Amino acid sequence: MDYLIRFLQVHETFRQPETEALARLAGVQFEWIFYADHSPYSIIRFRNCSDPTAAAKSLISRSILSTGIFELWGTGVDYAALHADIRARTETLWPRFTNETFRFKLDIFHGSHTLTEHRAIIETFKYMAFTGPIQMKNPTNKFDVFEDHELDAPIPRRLFFGRQVAESGRRAMNKYDLKKRSYIATTSMDAELSLVTANLAQVAPGTLMYDPFMGTGSFPLACAHFGAAVFGSDLDGRSIRGNKPGRNVKGNFEQYGTSSQYLGGFVADLTNSPVRQNRILQAIVCDPPYGVREGLKVLGSTRPALQEVVYLADTGLPAHLQPNYVPPKKAYSFFRMLDDILHFAAERLEDDGRLCMWMPVAGEVEGEEAVVAVPESDADTSKGTAGGAREYDIPRHPALRLVSVCTQDFNKWSRQLLTYRRVGDGEVDGEELGGYEAGRAALRDGEGVGSGATANDLNEFRKKYFQGFKERS
Amino acid sequence: MKLLTLNFLTCARKTCKSSPAAFPLHPRDAELEQVETEMNPVFLRNILPRLEWEAMRSITTELGLPSLPAETPDPGALLENDGNGDGEDAGSAGPSQIARDLHALLMETCIASGKLVCGNCGHEYAVKEGIANFLLPSHMV
Repeated sequence: MDYLIRFLQVHETFRQPETEALARLAGVQFEWIFYADHSPYSIIRFRNCSDPTAAAKSLISRSILSTGIFELWGTGVDYAALHADIRARTETLWPRFTNETFRFKLDIFHGSHTLTEHRAIIETFKYMAFTGPIQMKNPTNKFDVFEDHELDAPIPRRLFFGRQVAESGRRAMNKYDLKKRSYIATTSMDAELSLVTANLAQVAPGTLMYDPFMGTGSFPLACAHFGAAVFGSDLDGRSIRGNKPGRNVKGNFEQYGTSSQYLGGFVADLTNSPVRQNRILQAIVCDPPYGVREGLKVLGSTRPALQEVVYLADTGLPAHLQPNYVPPKKAYSFFRMLDDILHFAAERLEDDGRLCMWMPVAGEVEGEEAVVAVPESDADTSKGTAGGAREYDIPRHPALRLVSVCTQDFNKWSRQLLTYRRVGDGEVDGEELGGYEAGRAALRDGEGVGSGATANDLNEFRKKYFQGFKERS
Repeated sequence: MKLLTLNFLTCARKTCKSSPAAFPLHPRDAELEQVETEMNPVFLRNILPRLEWEAMRSITTELGLPSLPAETPDPGALLENDGNGDGEDAGSAGPSQIARDLHALLMETCIASGKLVCGNCGHEYAVKEGIANFLLPSHMV
């Protein structure tokens, strides 16, 4: 029996990676029999599977980008072919369902039918001879007829017929909707993508997850939804504390009833991190600042006077020991920040742990570049093998294998969700690691105190964003 | 912040990174809170092997809290009845007293305010309303 996954026709490049991550989590193996970015219907086949129904349920239960999974009873280019295929595949199964309550539904993508046509289509399935009774609400068996149309085409290009096995986890989106959340900010990640990211990070009950750019807590909240124990930090303490009683990160966890999983939040700079340098985390999930709506800053100052202890003029006491002292921050290179995050993750993720990081890209990502099939092979360690992707734009680290690149397109720019897997030390190429460390040292030495670099100089994306993404010499 | 989190934190200064005295940070003038919290047995079982147990013990001693056992408990010790040895009913067994104690100590005890002090350089990080501040002045970066 093959299975049909009914995807949403949204965030298309995320759909397969999300499903594959969920399969790994559920310990389920499958192959894609049919998948296309332009269609919401896909067909999979389980491998090495003694109980496909259970496998299907565990695969789809957390899925955000699908509505459900169905036993594929038939497929065809028109109704004649569909019915013939249904007979061939399932005729022997029908007696089992004859006396159970059931309902039929039409799922038409990019097309429509009148009510009369609707009924007529469903009547063509009479040969199954289900006596039912028909029960529209919560029947034992839900049968869906899927019509896949090209946009505005009256005749479908392909038809499918299936019996629902399980609904997806998409319902969670409503619960975590930002419009209903007690505390958000302008850059809070939306519920749908936060939950998808949590799935790609493969968090589960018992996982330890950290977000170094927590903001108002969207990622920790999404990961806590799937059972992880979470903590986070931010350079700006105000976003963790909030400015009204009860309206802060802690309040959000209380709203969703996951306070027991929230280990705490603290104020910190990723480049001067208090998180100990041991491989104790299983997931790092973050949306680093792009330097556009929020500043891209780190601790420190470019002013020579601030490189030594500062004493207050009136009391002679050290300024930094006064209560309410606010340490200075300086603009930082976006490129270096991405590199720092990868370095941080490689040092702290367990084997097989996941780094999920969002990254902005100037310009649209088109065609094959939007989806990158990243093979997990030894050849992956060299540059230029991730077919189609703009390899030079994606940050790399010798201890982190790129698992997937998913793109969300906006007008004139896009952002990508990069998922990396921390490999075992035995898999890390020593030479590559040496080269990487040297590169990092060079980056560091290239920017001295008082270099006077502006935020625009340090951040190519920011510069392009404010210049309207036009080509400038 | 829950007491458990202290097991993941050290002094933020780069100069202290190689010093073993920098971990764990020592709570000082700490105001603690007990917050009743749902038990998470899967997480407890998962996190135990990843903890620096000695560091956790020293913190609980410093805070005058009930002391933790000398060594990391076995995952089996977290379940109510591990005496029958067949391991089949692990799903139905409730949490043992050890598990409950660990939960109370690590997950229900929170630092509401105080200082976290580095054993190597002496720098003090303030904790206010449960949120610790690890921002360093420019001359320490």
